[in-house]
Amino acid sequence: MGEYLLVTIQVDMHDRLAMSLQDDLTSKIVSVHARGVLIDISALEMVDSFIGRMFGDIAAMSRVLDAETVVVGMRPAVAITLVELGLSLTGVRTALNIERGMELLRNLTESRGDDAGSTR
Amino acid sequence: MLVPLGEDRSISTSEDVVAVRQAVRQRAVDLGFSLVDQTKIVTAASELARNTLQYAGGGTLRIEEILNGTRRGIRLVFEDNGPGIPNIELAMKDGYTTGNGLGLGLSGAKRLSSEFSIQSRPGEGTRVTIVRWR
Repeated sequence: MGEYLLVTIQVDMHDRLAMSLQDDLTSKIVSVHARGVLIDISALEMVDSFIGRMFGDIAAMSRVLDAETVVVGMRPAVAITLVELGLSLTGVRTALNIERGMELLRNLTESRGDDAGSTR
Repeated sequence: MLVPLGEDRSISTSEDVVAVRQAVRQRAVDLGFSLVDQTKIVTAASELARNTLQYAGGGTLRIEEILNGTRRGIRLVFEDNGPGIPNIELAMKDGYTTGNGLGLGLSGAKRLSSEFSIQSRPGEGTRVTIVRWR
């Protein structure tokens, strides 16, 4: 295995930091041949449109690099606020916690192995 | 009735946007806002602070505690001397942006607030005021 990356966001990120996380993560996916990325945001007290867009971009980039991204651990208050803000996180898979996220990643990457070569 | 809390804080870097979030969060906690209401006003503040930085190159935020009878609330006033917004109606539309964001800053901040107002003059600047009642 060793093919999943776990990213835990533990600080309130300013925008440039968020951008560099995105860049670092994309490079890492390639360098370790990751098939899945789990982003744990259980410590995040807020997700605004910038951070929300970053999740969308990471998901899109990882998909292009043949990896799946799952965002886990969103706090209920953050979820309520995101929806009211108008952000739907289209294209971003989410799971309740790390365990469920791992399970989802496993299902996603295994089922993809079965029909390898097919277009998505 | 109005109780000013400190002077204007400057918004000139993306670190300042983080500091705005933390300052607004602290006020909301002090005033006994619920966790959801704290998150809403902090998120609205983050959107507006980023707009101030991105479109005007910086500005200021004034945080005020307000009282209406026994009701308490927070008022946030974002001001800048930037280029202003030529068409406010358009700028308030979901998905409309002249930058490279999602176009949810103004419209989203309005939805997250109890009260919202915006004044802007092209060439002079913009002032956005939001209130969230407890």
